[in-house]
Amino acid sequence: MVNDQPHADPDGEASHGPRVDAATGTHTVGHEWDGIEELDTPLPRWWVTIFYLCILFAIGYVIAYPALPGLHSATPGLLGWTSRGALAAEQKSADAGHAAVRAAIAATPIEDLAKNPVLQRAAIEGGRAAFKVNCVQCHGAGAAGSKGYPNLNDDDWLWGGDIAAIYQTLQHGIRYPGDDQTRTSQMPAFGRDGILTQAKVQDVVSYVRVISKQDPASAASQRGSAIFAQNCAVCHGANGEGGRSVGAPRLNDAIWLYGGDRASITNTVTNAHAGVMPAWGQRLDPVTVKMLAAYVHSLGGGEATPATPPVAAK
Amino acid sequence: MEVVVMRAGLWFAALVFAVAACALSVDRGFAVHMVICATAAAIGLIVTLRGGDFDAASRSVLRSPDPGKYDDEVIRWATIATVFWGMAGFLAGLYIALEMAFPALNFGIEYIGFGRLRPLHTSAVIFAFGGNALIATSFYVVQRTCRARLAFPGLARFVFWGYQLFIVLAATGYLMGITQGKEYAEPEWYVDLWLTVVWVSYLAVFVFTILRRSEPHIYVANWFYLSFILTVAMLHLVNNAAIPVSWFGSRSISVAGGVQGALIEWWYGHNAVGFFLTAGFLGMMYYFVPKQANRPIYSYRLSIIHFWALIFLYIWAGPHHLHYTALPDWAQTLGMVFSVMLWMPSWGGMINGLMTLNGAWDKLRTDPILRMFVMSLAFYGMSTFEGPMMSIKSVNSLSHYTDWTIGHVHSGALGWNGMVTFGALYYLVPRLWARTRMYSVRMINWHFWLATLGIVFYAASMWVAGLTEGLMWRETGPDGYLVNSFAETVAAVHPMYVLRAFGGLLYLTGAAIMTWNIARTILGHAQRDEAPFGDIVFDPARDVPLTPAAAG
Repeated sequence: MVNDQPHADPDGEASHGPRVDAATGTHTVGHEWDGIEELDTPLPRWWVTIFYLCILFAIGYVIAYPALPGLHSATPGLLGWTSRGALAAEQKSADAGHAAVRAAIAATPIEDLAKNPVLQRAAIEGGRAAFKVNCVQCHGAGAAGSKGYPNLNDDDWLWGGDIAAIYQTLQHGIRYPGDDQTRTSQMPAFGRDGILTQAKVQDVVSYVRVISKQDPASAASQRGSAIFAQNCAVCHGANGEGGRSVGAPRLNDAIWLYGGDRASITNTVTNAHAGVMPAWGQRLDPVTVKMLAAYVHSLGGGEATPATPPVAAK
Repeated sequence: MEVVVMRAGLWFAALVFAVAACALSVDRGFAVHMVICATAAAIGLIVTLRGGDFDAASRSVLRSPDPGKYDDEVIRWATIATVFWGMAGFLAGLYIALEMAFPALNFGIEYIGFGRLRPLHTSAVIFAFGGNALIATSFYVVQRTCRARLAFPGLARFVFWGYQLFIVLAATGYLMGITQGKEYAEPEWYVDLWLTVVWVSYLAVFVFTILRRSEPHIYVANWFYLSFILTVAMLHLVNNAAIPVSWFGSRSISVAGGVQGALIEWWYGHNAVGFFLTAGFLGMMYYFVPKQANRPIYSYRLSIIHFWALIFLYIWAGPHHLHYTALPDWAQTLGMVFSVMLWMPSWGGMINGLMTLNGAWDKLRTDPILRMFVMSLAFYGMSTFEGPMMSIKSVNSLSHYTDWTIGHVHSGALGWNGMVTFGALYYLVPRLWARTRMYSVRMINWHFWLATLGIVFYAASMWVAGLTEGLMWRETGPDGYLVNSFAETVAAVHPMYVLRAFGGLLYLTGAAIMTWNIARTILGHAQRDEAPFGDIVFDPARDVPLTPAAAG
């Protein structure tokens, strides 16, 4: 608690001139503030040297690179480097590396890609990269999907799993406004719109629980069977095997897009769902869409191209 | 009496104005803020009308020594505010670190989402904790090194309370989603105007105290404090130039947009680091380190050269925050080379601080406060090397947008700013409340080690996370395509996020121990009964090898 008085000179030594500091053998400057003195140590040689080297580096860098602004433009620098130029060069070199492969993919019909394994592999790799930028947000980094977003690793396809069908889905999207060829269908909201009474909805849900082997048959499911045949079978198939021409999910397996428990199915039958996917043909170049189709097809559930083109279900 | 009536009239006018502004407000946030302002004005009115009793009352609570000495009352308030806001800011930091690791902690509540708590954290630690520490120490240091009492004592009190009002308005604004979207300058136009008034008052108190000095020279700490106050005023005014959408609403449009706006923002943002967190805290260092070590400053010449070099070079370094953006190449170049040249001027402060311990290094064994200062200077040196390195464009292309930047900032903030502030608080509290020493010296040592370990966890985990992100973002496969999706890089650094939160927990725990220690000291509890710290007694009987020496 010394030196706590303004205008005080507590130890009588405070206003002395320069003295030699015993511990370091260096002179003090002779100033003193609240007991703090300062040594007259010269600047450390290494400090000054590195400081000058940094300044020299800065001068050299300013000469070499765009640096000093004028009224209309800046000095370009001896190297002629620009960030736009560097980016263009990098893009050019990346594009050049892919040019041959992309040309070959562009020239190959999507169904014939599998006939050229080298090209197919290159397409899958390109598709993998494009998938991680454009698709993972909904379908997940591992393409496993989530509620409302289909898993692309399994063999349960809504709109078809051969490469041409996948390409069609990617190119034109699903229920995507502004694309004339987009995949389209609309399940009725059976409960909400009063097509079925609440009791009948429960009956048909019971039946779906039976054909998906989750519940044993019951009186309710017996009643639901008839309702299903009248209202649902036209799209989902007589046995709930699904209908790809209208994107009607298969109901007699354990894979569910919106959940297979009673509450979830009741919600689906009552309100219906109609998921949307963008038409990627509007956003990506044709080769990238093809590569995406090849990648999705390769994930595990890809089906062989049918010997004859599938019959359009119009 | 006339003065009281005039002051009461001013407070009443402010109260009426705030109530009217609240009634006319066009959005809810502005209305809430005007209620806060009206409350502040009402408190001012009541205090004015009830007379000087409050000074005496606060003196009895805050145990002020007699008024013949330095004007320390406002310093005592600011010291307590530093501890309070520090705890608030560290706690918010820990919570958002946990939100990063476990997003479920957002709980879907808008007020505690990461986007709103993050500016709350940064402002609380930089402006509330750091700002109050700077106000407390600058008022303390300038009086003692000028041998003069504060000029304008009333204005000094206004600076303190006005600054607290600024903090409350800023913090509540963030929680309500009021922001002008400029990093470290989030408060809206009316809060900015208020801060301008407070800051100019701060400048006036500081400058006029220096002018009243009874020392022939101005001490180096005061150069740094003055450069900090002056430059922050300039930065604040330029970066916050905005046009309000309504005079009674909380939204405004910035005068500068696009890349010009970005450049001005980072000119401000980087110099907030340079002048608030570096120059201001160097002022702190230049007083408390020589006082605690009881040694002369290492080199007067170095302090002059590194001061002017730092001041001149720092102000140009901001564009390095905008490498590889739409900012013109020439500006990026200048931002980089000025940052590189800044390395040695920054280190000048570290050298002057560390080498001041020449002849007193043995005190590190017995003085945990000095340990804090030394660790603080070590982290200062490390981050002021790391910064210029990260400003080099090829390094920046790897580090930019990664958590490395977060690690860099925190090794500077937790290490340099935090530790030097803790050391200064431990120095100040016994002196401000007339105690012989802190309640517990061993607790200071616990704080030292918890904080140090916390910083190591924080910085190391963020280095690993940053390098992981930087490398994964640019990783390409044999076909020349990028390998990783963004979500995969987030998953990869998740363990680092958990470790970072653990480091933050250690740091917060250390600060909680400090809060306890300071509270006990202020309240005048008997000093803790503990073994003297670091008192190792030489015992010749033990100074022998365990096995007998071989024959011969």
